[in-house]
Amino acid sequence: MDTTYKLPSKLKLFAIIFMVVGAIGMITGFLTAPKTIEDVKAIEASHHSDGHGEEDATATNDAGGHDAADAHGAADAHGGDAHYEHVLHQMQNRPWSALYIASFFFFMIALGTLAFYAIQHASQAGWSPVLFRVMEGITAYLPIASIIIIVLLLLSVFHVNHIFHWMDPDLINPESDKYDKLIDGKKGWLNGGWFIVRAIIYLAGYNAYRYFSRKWTLNQDNANDNRWFKKNFKLAAGFLVFFIYTESMMSWDWIMSFDPHWFSTLFGWYVFAGMMVSAITVIAMVTIFLKSQGYLEFVNDSHIHDLAKFMFAFSIFWTYLWFSQFMLIWYANIPEEVTYFITRIEDYNLPFFGMLAMNFVFPLLLLMNSDYKRVNWFVIMAGIVILAGHYIDVFNMVMPATVGKSWYIGLPEIGSLLFFFGLFVYVVFSALTKAPLLAKGSPFMGESKKFHY
Amino acid sequence: MSKVIHAIYNDDDILMNAVKAVRKEHYHIEEVYTPFPVHGLEKAMGLEDTRIAITAFMYGCVGLTVAIVMMNFIMIEDWPQDIGGKPSFSYIENMPAFVPIMFELTVFFAAHLMVITFYMRSKLWPFKKAENPDVRTTDDHFLMAIDAGHHDVDQVSQFLTGTGAIEISLHDKEDDH
Repeated sequence: MDTTYKLPSKLKLFAIIFMVVGAIGMITGFLTAPKTIEDVKAIEASHHSDGHGEEDATATNDAGGHDAADAHGAADAHGGDAHYEHVLHQMQNRPWSALYIASFFFFMIALGTLAFYAIQHASQAGWSPVLFRVMEGITAYLPIASIIIIVLLLLSVFHVNHIFHWMDPDLINPESDKYDKLIDGKKGWLNGGWFIVRAIIYLAGYNAYRYFSRKWTLNQDNANDNRWFKKNFKLAAGFLVFFIYTESMMSWDWIMSFDPHWFSTLFGWYVFAGMMVSAITVIAMVTIFLKSQGYLEFVNDSHIHDLAKFMFAFSIFWTYLWFSQFMLIWYANIPEEVTYFITRIEDYNLPFFGMLAMNFVFPLLLLMNSDYKRVNWFVIMAGIVILAGHYIDVFNMVMPATVGKSWYIGLPEIGSLLFFFGLFVYVVFSALTKAPLLAKGSPFMGESKKFHY
Repeated sequence: MSKVIHAIYNDDDILMNAVKAVRKEHYHIEEVYTPFPVHGLEKAMGLEDTRIAITAFMYGCVGLTVAIVMMNFIMIEDWPQDIGGKPSFSYIENMPAFVPIMFELTVFFAAHLMVITFYMRSKLWPFKKAENPDVRTTDDHFLMAIDAGHHDVDQVSQFLTGTGAIEISLHDKEDDH
């Protein structure tokens, strides 16, 4: 029987439309970002008159007073143009941050799938080999995501954008009045060169594992013995050690360093939990989609059930880490730590608490019942909410540090999300056509096909 | 007096196939005694799904409620505590401190009450006389009790031998269950 997937031209078109629409949104976001403080004043004035302003009454009065009295706003009691300059930087950061968040989110899915895939090999799991090709399809997005991430990081290092505050050279210059002793103390780790070298090490490691594991499972398909299977086992075990160290450092570098004064010792785990739950959700969704198209006839409801169990379990694991991080900081109430959550609760109240409902309460109640985990459309619905929730999670990790109060889910955010979604779908489903959907060489294939919960 | 046939098997796979075959012939299985839980046996026997999960959810909700009411009384109302230097004296504002207790009591209630429910539904309590008709079912044998009803006992026995039973015996039905 022919088990090779053929990419429907409709799906291709669908992905391309998403990319084009997303790109238009993104570019519009960049073009409409204010360029001078005059633009900011105009935006704030129109927002306040529309009644959209989220700032307090004094700020409204200030802005209103400005427009009436003095077009240049030079003589402001609150420090002249400093406020507008600050907001200008936030608004200029916004399209970059939106781009960064969406690209990181889909990178996370590919990387999480790779880690999950490595766990299946290292633990010699018997239930999952029928899903290997689906996972390999999703991880095919990893090389492209890695290139995009490294380009974005290089743009930051070369000061094309300013989303990483610590990269500002004035902060570590003792002569400057912006000199920041804390950031200066961290420059051994947080400096452009070493930052990029680390990024290259992480990405080279992930992509090397992805390349060889894929190649060796394909070799195993046509092998007479288990040689490639054994090699893959050793490689997966080695990769997982590399991954768990570098994943942690990667999340400090690429996410936590947005707030360079703040740190959390379990941040790596926290990002990891979000990564795993998003990845497993995408594995389940792609599997269900392919099944609905008449492929993967060897995947049964028990496989979907197991994936849904992982979605449920990792949602709770994520909440556990979220709460562990939150409670200690809340309890201790140390100013430099608690500022992280105060910013989020005050300026990002809805996404902050909304994400908790989407990532915890929703999967907890929907996926608790054993029977519901086997209902495919139920898993898809829960999956959509979980993915949206984890996008907002990344949003909450990045945006408060880069754009502060000037956030909004608008064209740049939705455009970036659509663009990367289209790219992801295009790359993943093209990769799925490149090999039979059954990794028939796996010695556990018989067990996996018969898998029954 | 109604009779019951005891068929003894010495392998869980053979037992499973026998249960399916017996049900196909429309004989009534009263009970199956096994030394360990046999995966899928309840489905093969056509037993109703357990409702213990629903009770577990309800017990969990009770535990959560008890935790909230208890912590609210102890820490907020009866002897108001200044928690973490935040003397707000409000349950909701101090909730992060109570989450571990809320979680633990949810699990505690769900687990313990679920076990107690299971014992009660299974009619198990201390000093209870064992119901299994053959002590070997606590070691390495499996026993299927089939209602003889109006069937021809010899014919049923023959059929059971065919399904792999190693021993077949006829007993009077006890009335206590």
